[in-house]
Parts: sequence; structure tokens; C-alpha cells
Amino acid sequence: MTEPVTKSVDAAPKAGVQATRVGRPHASWALPGVLFFMFFAVAPMALAVYLSFTEWNGLGDPRFVGLDNWQNLVGDPRLTQSLTVTVLMTVVSWAFQTVIALLLGVWAAGKQRNRAILSAVFFVPFLLSSTAIALLFFALLDPNFGVIKGDTLGTTSGAFLAIIFVGGWQFIPFHTLIYQGGARQIPEVLYQAAAIDGAGRVRQFFSITLPQLRHTMAMSSVLMVVGSLTYFETVLILTQGGPGTDTAILPYLMYEAGFKSYDFGYASAVATFLVVAATGLSLLMVRITGFGSMRSVREGM
Amino acid sequence: MESYSRRWFLGVSGATMLTAGLTACGSSDSDSGKSGGQLTAFVWGDDAAKIQEDAVRKFNASSAAKKTGGTIKLQRIPGSDYPAKLRTAMGSPSAPDLFFNWGGGSIKAYVDADQLIDLHDIIESTPALKNGFLPSIIQSGALEGRPYGIPMRGMQPVLLFFNKKVFKDAGLEPPTSWTQLLDINKKFKSRGIQPFALGGADKWTELMWVSYLVDRIGGPEVFRKIQGGDASAWGDPAVLRAAEEIKSLVDDEAFGKGFSSVQYNNGGASTLLAKGKAAMHLMGSWEYPTQLGKFKDFAENDLGWVAFPAYDGGAGDIKNVVGNPTNYWSVSARTKNREAAIEFLKTCASEEYTKALIANGDIPTTANAGALLEDSPNPEFAKFQYELVQNAPAFTLSWDQAVKPDWSAPMLTEIDKLFLGQSSPKEFVTALKGLK
Repeated sequence: MTEPVTKSVDAAPKAGVQATRVGRPHASWALPGVLFFMFFAVAPMALAVYLSFTEWNGLGDPRFVGLDNWQNLVGDPRLTQSLTVTVLMTVVSWAFQTVIALLLGVWAAGKQRNRAILSAVFFVPFLLSSTAIALLFFALLDPNFGVIKGDTLGTTSGAFLAIIFVGGWQFIPFHTLIYQGGARQIPEVLYQAAAIDGAGRVRQFFSITLPQLRHTMAMSSVLMVVGSLTYFETVLILTQGGPGTDTAILPYLMYEAGFKSYDFGYASAVATFLVVAATGLSLLMVRITGFGSMRSVREGM
Repeated sequence: MESYSRRWFLGVSGATMLTAGLTACGSSDSDSGKSGGQLTAFVWGDDAAKIQEDAVRKFNASSAAKKTGGTIKLQRIPGSDYPAKLRTAMGSPSAPDLFFNWGGGSIKAYVDADQLIDLHDIIESTPALKNGFLPSIIQSGALEGRPYGIPMRGMQPVLLFFNKKVFKDAGLEPPTSWTQLLDINKKFKSRGIQPFALGGADKWTELMWVSYLVDRIGGPEVFRKIQGGDASAWGDPAVLRAAEEIKSLVDDEAFGKGFSSVQYNNGGASTLLAKGKAAMHLMGSWEYPTQLGKFKDFAENDLGWVAFPAYDGGAGDIKNVVGNPTNYWSVSARTKNREAAIEFLKTCASEEYTKALIANGDIPTTANAGALLEDSPNPEFAKFQYELVQNAPAFTLSWDQAVKPDWSAPMLTEIDKLFLGQSSPKEFVTALKGLK
């Protein structure tokens, strides 16, 4: 075991030096990307921030009202409810998707042909549009003519779980793909060494696969969390925030304020709040998981 | 710096997904660019839109279209997204020239923003329009006495539809009083039939129950006060009483167990009635063309209708009607070809268009409609509706169209919560009194 260690310790600094010497591409290469990003992300975002200080019904010119929308937002009981539902939905769908995607991904990383074929089949739901998927499940859940008879979408827990399930059904394939890639990166020698030491499958999974997938998990989790914060079509089509306002997550609250009540000022305040919350949360997650420092998982090997 | 920028990128890319979602909602209309004299028209895309499609096709081939150099491109906008899509389009440079609406409150924001053509002078100077429609109908869609719309569909009172076969099998007659209604409910339930179909996933279907009950219990004045914008008017005892009746219907499972997952817009509730799983369905008169489009045999043979029953001891007349007078075409002030638009509006008063509406089961509001009703696929239904509306002491406009726009969505949410049992009748009234 000594030889590989010295080798990698030797190799690492060399590679680092080389990278600095060759240099990075000129900054102008980033220009198309930056322009695209400015135009489609930063500019609309700035507009939303501006609109959050105005009163606007979609017609004519916005009227500046100062902090009115923000004061309403802070005092709105629906924001508190919405925030609770959003957080709950994010946590539950993270747990649901991560467990299944991790197991499936590790399984799919095997080189057997049947696994390759089945992973291709599993990937199909991700290719469908969220709207089509939501409509499909809405029909399946119809209490009178659906496959699953019963008032699934009419009860608070039923509607909540249906949204989690439909979201999972769609996005698990994507995260499976990420985990599959991650699992294939794990050097075979680790398993060989573990086998020599007498570790069984389960032990190998918990002592090698899981720790090695740390960064994969961090990335997949950030994507899931940010994704569920912006989860919208499924809620719109399956429940319209219902029953009552029980599944009205933040993006839906924003949609309702904007496109049902035509209060675009208030909707923009919700949108700005969402941007700040989502950015803060993903920065926090990146810091906690140590993903930002990008240290190699093979450190000290 | 290196790690900062990467984290920054991750964070901001999250935000990009957000705004991408936001802008996707806002920019759904980019295909209505106009070329030359072409006009765009938005219409509510239900089964009945085929009448407007035919009318547009005929207009585009007509000499009037050639003379004014304008043809019309009709866009069918699906169901419940219509108001939002219209608002977005009207706020953008590519607004439609003509659009379908419900008159009154539904166009108030556009009138306030000076986006619509005041049709008063045009109607006065155009005999085809001035004499073409029942004057009261043009007025019902007007704002402060100024008309902004030309009637383009049938009158739409809300009626209690029922399945004749189901009633016959049970040996029952449709209810004319609330006590009878409750009695009938019990009998249907013991036969395993759900008394009422209700598409509770669309909140406006629940609104019909509230509107009629408040009218029957307290009379049309109760809502007239609310409509005036006085939130304390929700405190009228009739509103509480209506809410209590609804609660007991829901508790009694009169709407079935899963009503809040059933839609009207996708045909769910109508199918329940047609298949005999439900005995009755409180719905606008468009239920008839809807059934005709989906279940022709049922619509022609087994679909029955009555007025909403009277409430024992209530102040409201059984002859009062709730619903929509009709739908209107309004013209955008920004249209490039006003002449063509007006020529097209004239066709809405034509005998040909009236006949097409009648053939579809609608009761047009044109002046010549009365004499043509015999040609309706169901003259009995046509005359029932026509007389109902003619003899109604009060015609209350659908609440969600009648109240001021910022009340509409929260009001529907509160009604939904009442139906779901999330708020008690008392909480319901308190919440409505709190509307700003």
C-alpha cells in the first residue's frame, strides 16, 4: 500500500504547477456566457427587485410605493404557511430522491449489460416535460375515473405526497445519472483492497462508496434543494396550491399574486425573497459540505 | 478568489433557474405578431369556440374583409389560463386586437388603463349594431354606462342540471325547495348515487352554490351591497346561513368524497352526471353544449334542467338568476385596423351567426334570436332559458366577475376553504369581512 501513496503525493503538486504555468483561457472567452447570463438572469432579476417597490397591475406604468409590498409580505400569514410548506417539501423530497437515486445510481454503475439497458429505460421520465407528467398523474389520480380511486389530491397529506412523488418520479433519473457517474469514478483498487481485508458488500458500500460519493451527493443535493424551491408546474397542475392553500409553495404564491390577483408588485417581492433565500441556502450548503473548496476525495490515499 | 467565484456561480445559477421560471410565465405570448392588416383575436378555448372559428373563416373570405384589408387570426386560449394570458398580452406590445371577455369587472383594469375602444358612438352610428342586440345585454357588460363590448355568445344563467334517467330509476322529481333537495339527497345516497357533481378543483364551480344560496336566503340585495365594495356587507346573516348549509351538504357527502380533485374544465364533473354517477350538477348553461360535445346521446335524451330551488322562508325569489349575461368581444385601442374590427363585430348580429349559436345549443342575445329559437337542437331548453332570463326579477353577475378584481382570488380561496372544511362558516364570514 505504500507505493500508490508516494506516487500520488508526488504527482499532485506537479499537476498543480503545470496548470498555473499553462495559464487559463483569456477572460474574453467568458463573454458570450456572461452576456447571456446578464440578459436572461441578471436583468430580469433587477427588474423584479425594482417592481417589488412598485404597485403594478400589468397595464400602464408601475407606481412607486416604497416598502409597502415588503411590509405586506412580512405581515402576510400566507407567507409563513407557504414558507413552512416549501421547507417541508424541500426536505422530504430531498430525502426521498437522494435515497432512491443513490441506490439506483450505484447499482447502475455496474458494467453488466442488463443494467445499462435498464438505466436507459429509467432515464425516460426525465425526458418528458413536467407539464405532461403532471397532467398524466392528474388523470391517474382522478377520484372517479382514475387508476388510483380515492380523494388523493383533496386531502392535505395526499396532495403533499402526490407532489413529492411526481417530482421524484421525474427527477430521480437525473440524480441517478449523477450518482452513476460518481460511482464509476471510484477506483477499483479500493474495493479490491477492501475485499482482501474481508469487507463484505454492505461494509464496502458504507466505508468506500458512500464516503467517495461525498461531493457527488453535495452537488446533487444543491440541485435538488434549489430545484424544489422553484418547483412550480406540478403544483399548478396537480393541486393549484390546494386543498385550500395547503400546498401553496412560494413559487405558487408568487404566481397567484401575479397572475390571479394581478398584483405584480407583491409578486415581485415574493420573487425577490425567493432569489435571496435560494441563493443564501445554496451558498450555505456549499460551505457546509466543503464542496466549494473542491478538495480531492482521494486526499491522503 | 477561485473558490469564491465557483460558489458565486453555483448560487447565482440557482437564481437563474428561478428567474427563468418567472420570465417563462410572463413571456408566453410572442407569436401574435401582426403582418399588414391582420388582426389577432383571443377567444376562450372551450367546445363552443368552433362557432367563432367558423365566423372568422367566413369573415376572412368576405368582401368586408377585402374592403378593409384586414383578416383575423383567431387564437384559442385554453380554459382557466385565459384571464392571465390576456392580461400578459395586453401589457405587452403584442396585444390582441379583439378579445373575449365577461364584461363588467373583467375588463375594468383595461378600461382604467385606456386600452379599450369606447364603443358607444360606433354602436349609435351603426344600425347593424344598434338594433342588432337586446339593449339590456349590451348595457350589462358596460362600465359606468359606456359599452366596451359586443355580445358574441349566448346568455349563461346557472341552472340545476339533472340526469333524467337516474331520477326516473329512483322514482324522484327534481327539487323545487331546499327541504325537498335535502330529502332527495338522502334517497340518492341510500341508492349509492352521489347527489351532486361538483368540479371542486376549479373554485368557481363552488362559487355558484354560495351565490345561489345567498340569493335564495337573503335576496339579491345582499350581494348588491357586497359588490359595492363594502366588506362589512359580508356580515349579513344570509352569508353565514348559506355557509352553514354548504358545510352540512359537504359533511353529508352530497358532493361525493373526492369533489376537490374533480375538475370542470377537463370534463370531469360533466362526465359524472352523464354516466349517472351523480344525479345533479349546478352549472352554467354552457353545460348543455359541453354535454352535447362530449356525450351526444345523453345530452339529447337524458339531460334535464330546473331553476335553483327556493329556500324555505328565504327572502329570494326562485325566479332570480345568477350567471353571466353573455360574453363580449372588446376592441383594443391599439388596433391598427379599426374598420376591419368593426366589420367583424357586425357579423355577430347577423342571422347566420345567430343561427350557428342556436345550432350549438346557445341562446343568443341578438334581437332576432327569439324568432329563431325553434331551430335550436333543443327548443325546449332554449325557451326555458330565454324565459327564465326574461322573467328574472334580478340577474346577479357571477361574483368573481362582479366584485373588484383584487377581491376575486382571495374570495374564491375562502370559498374553497369552506368547502374543504378548513374554515368553519363563522371563520369564512370573518375572513371575507377582512378583505381589503
